[in-house]
Amino acid sequence: MMSSIEAFRADTCAWLEANCPASQRGPARDGELVWGGSRVEFLNEDQRLWFERMRERGWFCPDWPTAYGGGGLSPEEDAVLQQEMKRLKCRPPQINLGIWMLGPVLLEYGTEEQKQRLLPPMARGEVRWCQGFSEPNAGSDLASLRTAAVDAGDHFVVNGSKIWTSYGDKSDWMYCLVRTDPQAAKKQEGISLVVLDMHAEGVEARPIDLISGKSAFCEVFFDNVKVPKDNLIGPLNGGWTLAKRLLQHERSAMSKFGDFCLPNHFDLMEIVNRYLPPDRQTPSDIALRARAQSLALDEQAYNLTVQRMGQQARAGQDVSGIAAIMKLVHTEQEKQKFELLVDVMGHRALGWEGDEFGEQELAISKAWLLSYTQTISGGSSEVQLNVIAKRVLQLPDAPKGGAQ
Amino acid sequence: MSLIYNEEQRMLLDTAQEFFAERSPVSALRALRDRGDELGFEPAVWQEMTELGWSAIPFPENLGGLAFGYTGMGAVFESAGRHLSASPLLSSIVLCGSVLELGGSEPQQEQWLGELITGSKRLALAVDEGARHAPDQVSLSAVPTDTGFQLDGQKVMVVDGLQADGWIVAACTGQTADAISLFIVPAGTVGVEVQPQRLIDARNTARVSFTHVQVAPEQLIGELDRGAAILERALDRGRACLAAELQGACESLFQTTLEYLRTRVQFDVPIGSFQALQHRAAWMHVELELARSSLMAALAALDADDAQAAQRVSLAKWKVGQMADRVSGEAIQMHGGIGVTDELDVGLYFKRIRVLQALLGDADYHLARGYQDNRSSH
Repeated sequence: MMSSIEAFRADTCAWLEANCPASQRGPARDGELVWGGSRVEFLNEDQRLWFERMRERGWFCPDWPTAYGGGGLSPEEDAVLQQEMKRLKCRPPQINLGIWMLGPVLLEYGTEEQKQRLLPPMARGEVRWCQGFSEPNAGSDLASLRTAAVDAGDHFVVNGSKIWTSYGDKSDWMYCLVRTDPQAAKKQEGISLVVLDMHAEGVEARPIDLISGKSAFCEVFFDNVKVPKDNLIGPLNGGWTLAKRLLQHERSAMSKFGDFCLPNHFDLMEIVNRYLPPDRQTPSDIALRARAQSLALDEQAYNLTVQRMGQQARAGQDVSGIAAIMKLVHTEQEKQKFELLVDVMGHRALGWEGDEFGEQELAISKAWLLSYTQTISGGSSEVQLNVIAKRVLQLPDAPKGGAQ
Repeated sequence: MSLIYNEEQRMLLDTAQEFFAERSPVSALRALRDRGDELGFEPAVWQEMTELGWSAIPFPENLGGLAFGYTGMGAVFESAGRHLSASPLLSSIVLCGSVLELGGSEPQQEQWLGELITGSKRLALAVDEGARHAPDQVSLSAVPTDTGFQLDGQKVMVVDGLQADGWIVAACTGQTADAISLFIVPAGTVGVEVQPQRLIDARNTARVSFTHVQVAPEQLIGELDRGAAILERALDRGRACLAAELQGACESLFQTTLEYLRTRVQFDVPIGSFQALQHRAAWMHVELELARSSLMAALAALDADDAQAAQRVSLAKWKVGQMADRVSGEAIQMHGGIGVTDELDVGLYFKRIRVLQALLGDADYHLARGYQDNRSSH
């Protein structure tokens, strides 16, 4: 007799084999994944089929209750589905920050009315969500945010702006941190979480150009935007707790995303050997090679650390001390690596556009410039160091003014 | 490839930590140093280590060993590093034991290995001749004679070379630099002179001179001119164990430094609350983690007899060495004035760490080697 979970595995595997088109398996290139929403676009028929089939099965959010449009799977069944999808290399049928980040928080903190209203369209992939956390004056110090939501009877009036909102211009709804009590004793205590319609009057999203060129980031402006009070999630002035919860889900969402994007990986030594002839030994060649060798070895040490963290986690050991270094080390190493490539490649890595430069040369210029965003976004290197110092090394709190 | 200790290895680690903490703490090293002890370790402690079976760990069972591997050896070395415990485990077991295991004839193995394991005899490996580690630049010559060979030349940085029962000597026996042969020279052989090289770590380090030293053909280990490959494998095992000792010493020194940051009060607050120090401490933690992964990969590669073992070992000695520079330098700086006094153990760690870094190749040596081997393995 097959256990029910093994029967579920067999059924799931058969269904995925039959319904996931071959073109929807394996890693995707930049721009090849579907973003759910009111203006969903498909690159081809296979993408649409895979999207619709998974939607009909409720498997955009397989572990949500069926009452809210989910698949109603138990945690064990959900784990089996994820394993089988990973094994068959099925791409996620859509990318949706709503499902990955806001959804779990709504299930935990939302009212019944909010769940009924917000979750089913999310589960059908009809709404594209964006995140409104950072502000021009609230970056690493997120709790100092100022976008104001003022009580106006049955609604709030929102004024202010958000920055670094990915795809703000393409999204339908935003979950957003706003200040509802400017007088609160601690700045964390005057913050609430609301959801708002990006198509509402007074909302404007402007894409931001980065030093590397066009980007998905937007700045979003609110000019007397009316937000019904029904859209307050969780308690008034209780948004900080929910925000921390959302950021926990962000980490797992980003790792899901990472699993399916082809890494923009450049083989350091291969490029170095191409630009510095191996038989040439000028003093600068020797100095550059030594730097390259040390970066290549450091990259190996990092990759081994990723492996070791996995092994320790599987052995049930505490990995918090290793986990805390990962983002810091990876982004700092990438920055050093691109800086070195720029030195090795000389002006060939300084091209902006045009036929004069090869595709890879231009890609390296862009990746080098982009590497400077990586040590800032998602918790800057300095914030990572604070976290290590306090949580891992248990060093005492700074006297005043230091980041928490 | 496992990058973590298994249950048995973890038990060994715990036993070794307890043993060294009790039988060979830092105060024991300080006492050896203060009385100018030439031997540099306590024979009684070494005897107990052999009774615990640690000298048998790396050898196959048919040679009287436990076949417990270099990951197990690493657990012992990192524990010794934590307490700066001195013993001839590296010189006699890991280095000379490996040469005999890998290249020795049956009579040579019978004559020496058993006694090395019980600790009743010990050998020291004589390789380097110049200021920096360079096992491929051997000028000590072994010239054929009617009865065997005649050795002439000098060796330096011979670990535990004083009062040894013999030395395994790398000699040049051909026209090319890689024509290296290994000879075993027992103590008491005419023409051998041993002098102490008093280093900052107060261990047993020797200069050994060979003047018209006559050796018999039976004293040649392995084939003539073919010693380099044996030597290199033995050195790699030694390098991995040195990396483990360094890792242990640095982890211990880091904990001492963190404790000081938490408790030393200046300007009415613990100095560890200053962000300038917090960030530097956080970087030390980062480097320790990266070094730990590199170390475990090297030990695992040696145990798997991996084709990449040499590269992994160089990665480890490079990364651990580089980390050790940062951690030991910062330990002194963060302790401030007291950190440069002899009263504190910080200085003893600092000095031992610098010697461990230089032994069998420093970070710069292994940077080039790690990269070259990396390339050829692709």
